[in-house]
Amino acid sequence: MSQFLQQVINGLSLGSIYALIALGYTMVYGIIKLINFAHGDVYMVGAYTAFICTAWLGFGFFPALIASMVVCGLLGVLIERLAYKPLRKAPRITALITAIGVSYILEYTMQYFMGSEVRTYPNVLPKTTYQLGPVSVTTHQIYIFAITIVLMVTLQFIISKTRMGRAMRAVSVDEQAAELMGINVDTTISFTFLLGSALAGAAGILVGIYYNTINPLMGLTPGLKAFVAAVFGGIGSVPGAVIGGLFIGIAETMVVAYGSSLYRDAIVYAILIVVLIVKPTGLLGKNQREKV
Amino acid sequence: MKRDFMKLLAGGLSAAMLLAGCSGAAGSTAGGSSSEGGASADAGDTVKIGLNFELTGEVSSYGTAERNGAQLAIDEFNAKEDKPFTVEGVEIDSKGDPAESTTAAIKLIDEDQVAAIVGPATSAPSISTYQAASDKQTPVVSPSATQVDAMLNNGEPYEYAWRVCFEDSYQGAAMAIYAYETLGDKNAAIINETSDYGQGLAKTFKEKFESLGGKVVAQEQYNAKDTDFASILTKIKEKKFDVLYIAGYYGEAGLIIKQARESGIDCNIVGADGFESEKLAELAGKENLNKVWYTTCYTTVNASDELKSFIDDYTAKYDQAPNMFSALAYDATNLVLDQLAATGKTGAELNEAIKKADFSGLTGSFTFDEKTHTPKKTVLVVNQEDGVQTEVDEVEVK
Amino acid sequence: MPKSVFTKENLCWVILSVVLFGVLTLLMQAGIINSYYRITLFNICINIMLAVSLNLVIGICGQFSLGHAGFMCIGAYSAGVITKMIPNYGGLLLGILVGFAISAVAALIVSVPTLRLKGDYLAIATLGFAEIIRILVQNMTITNGAAGLSGIPALTTWPILIVGVIVAIAVCSNVMRSAPGRACLAIQDDEIAAEAMGINTTKYKVMAFVIGALIASLAGALFACSFYVIKPSQFTFNRSIDILVMVVFGGMGSMTSSVLAAIAIGLLNTILQNFTDLRMIIYGLALVIMMIFKPNGLLGKRELSFKRILARREAGKEAS
Repeated sequence: MSQFLQQVINGLSLGSIYALIALGYTMVYGIIKLINFAHGDVYMVGAYTAFICTAWLGFGFFPALIASMVVCGLLGVLIERLAYKPLRKAPRITALITAIGVSYILEYTMQYFMGSEVRTYPNVLPKTTYQLGPVSVTTHQIYIFAITIVLMVTLQFIISKTRMGRAMRAVSVDEQAAELMGINVDTTISFTFLLGSALAGAAGILVGIYYNTINPLMGLTPGLKAFVAAVFGGIGSVPGAVIGGLFIGIAETMVVAYGSSLYRDAIVYAILIVVLIVKPTGLLGKNQREKV
Repeated sequence: MKRDFMKLLAGGLSAAMLLAGCSGAAGSTAGGSSSEGGASADAGDTVKIGLNFELTGEVSSYGTAERNGAQLAIDEFNAKEDKPFTVEGVEIDSKGDPAESTTAAIKLIDEDQVAAIVGPATSAPSISTYQAASDKQTPVVSPSATQVDAMLNNGEPYEYAWRVCFEDSYQGAAMAIYAYETLGDKNAAIINETSDYGQGLAKTFKEKFESLGGKVVAQEQYNAKDTDFASILTKIKEKKFDVLYIAGYYGEAGLIIKQARESGIDCNIVGADGFESEKLAELAGKENLNKVWYTTCYTTVNASDELKSFIDDYTAKYDQAPNMFSALAYDATNLVLDQLAATGKTGAELNEAIKKADFSGLTGSFTFDEKTHTPKKTVLVVNQEDGVQTEVDEVEVK
Repeated sequence: MPKSVFTKENLCWVILSVVLFGVLTLLMQAGIINSYYRITLFNICINIMLAVSLNLVIGICGQFSLGHAGFMCIGAYSAGVITKMIPNYGGLLLGILVGFAISAVAALIVSVPTLRLKGDYLAIATLGFAEIIRILVQNMTITNGAAGLSGIPALTTWPILIVGVIVAIAVCSNVMRSAPGRACLAIQDDEIAAEAMGINTTKYKVMAFVIGALIASLAGALFACSFYVIKPSQFTFNRSIDILVMVVFGGMGSMTSSVLAAIAIGLLNTILQNFTDLRMIIYGLALVIMMIFKPNGLLGKRELSFKRILARREAGKEAS
């Protein structure tokens, strides 16, 4: 039983990371119906930014976290302006291919400048382990979980209580009507990207510290898994993304714990396919009727 | 208008028949024709050696380290006053992909006319070059293709393929012996990578360990580039074992050691030559590298003068310390250069010379086993104390 | 009256193929194309087969599949495993056929549930399937797992390869111009209207998907028997993207452009051999720029058509 609980804790930490990345996916998809393939790579850039801040510039944990979020937020806006904005009216396939292109650019530019070797973080976050009965929890895990919850709550607050949040919701329901209402669609979309990418940046630094290893291609697989998490929870739904992320994290951990560690990736894809077949709108997603 | 077309048709058909006749003889494969072997290398000539390494891709750190080691050997050779000829290293990037590696090897042989090829660093890209190289009578020496039976093609060795490292089965067995007899561990848990490297090591470790009387109580696998081992470690923690064998490369092994120690697993941890890297201490954290041993053919403990000067030269030239891979490539290149200088010939004669070579280098002294084209070397076991190697032992595998 | 196969147009194509084959073979015999260029040529041919088959799925039928590498993987491993056991041409043929069978089943399993999905979701679902296939292959003992399969006999000779390319192009272009092809185009334009016209969208979408998978499997089989060693890591998402880049560059929906793009990219890969990172950055940039400025690709939907050339000749002669 204690092993099960410990695995749940492991799964929750892993899941929090996925949740942070999934939040970005879900927000962007909700507002412009685009799967931002490059999102996983924004997370990678966050990890490297934090690495540069801590290892080369000597920042502490929280300054590096802020720096990471700012840099990634700006990067997200830049990508949106340059690559996605011209394609707002284009077919989905075109936009998707562009996203793939952006992803390649980010990955290999980083690899070109930083090399493909893994990098390790200096010890900016002290690590102690607490024994809570049968399970052990580290400070890192607590930080990850706490920061995820804080960011999610902040995000939910922004979306439901602020003007910008209202604008985001309006644009995601009907872009043209929103524009008619006087909402600046461009600014709103940029803001969405800013938020989503900043969250990815936070995930990046947390992962860098937790696992102590980063490399230029680290964004691919977590990016895909986070996307699955977003779909599972209901794409377009903020709480859904968090639930999805935690679920995927726990599922992956359980497969390793009770099945074979070799299939940890396969199980995530399998979940995706099942969700897409059974309930494509996901757990908390809205049912969208197709108009003929 | 119909006449024009008929002319075109007639012309086309006759051309086709002509070519069909020619092409009847052209049923050759990608392996291609054999070049004339046995060219000689005189003084004042430039002889080219191909350096086919993974300079990009997942294992680029190994490829780059080996390329550096090989290049250093070439530079030292060229710096000698009485050198019989000048050597030029022709670099090419195999990207860690077997198809690219074959293409790269063929380019080196056909376009650049190299006398021999050193590399790649990993097994699959190395194996894919052996057939082509043997067809074209150009020796290939792999510094670190440790896969079991890599040199064999249906039981027979590839004629022109050689490697200077020991085989994984050898290493795995060696560590099993060391763990059981020297460290006195009777129960083991294994965590291995799903690659040929990891699986080969795990298999031979398990066989040897159990044949000595030990018990393997758990075995878990991970994929390369995985970073989260919490679930695996939690799973095996339940079982009782005295030693944990990590069959993988430093990139993941470092993380596993860190996460294991932090989750309270403080028994002996052992591994193989994949641990060999300065990054291991970085990833694992120096304080966690205690009670750790691994097999290798290269160590800086009790370094010979030759080794010390290699380390100094390498660090001066490349701004970083060499590792086992650099040393292996250095040895492989020197092996080739020695035989080239001794025979003054390339092709089949160079290959024969390599076959009979009695070589002594940074990673040991050895001759080749004729049946496996693999050296018979002693296995070293080094330890880690706070992230530094302090002792070395030799293990003989019976 | 049934249409004859021996039209002038078809004869032109035959002549073109024979001439090309002949010229290249002569160059190889003469040694002008040495082993290195030959292997580049092999790579290009395999790329052509993959590009043309993906074009059928994406360009003609509008199904955005990112899982093409999965079928290539199946074909490669089937051929690899069987030719190792039976190292002769019979083995290669058997390997190809087994690859066909498994790919067809896999394609059916993949396409039937994902038919309802649109654009982005379909892309990710196919990607997921391809990854599952690859992970399965990576963990089976018959395929030697992650270590890869080595010692595969190099049975892919130049004549066999060119036949493969011709078959791939012929099959794909013929499907494109046939009734099922037109049905696919209709589905791509407006699926609901097509259904309203009585087109069985399911049947044609699955058909296009399966045919694309079979050709990819053939390409995989010939690939395996050219390079002696195959590893699961050669059939990842990146491989699917490589093929996608070829299709997108030329123009989705045009066979000619896929062929040309495959050749161009194959040559580019060779030239930029030692600049891997830069090459990938260039591809990424090119994809983005292409999509923003010329989403229909460099050639759009235009095709090389002997029919048009011949018709123009006729018209020219009539006029004079």
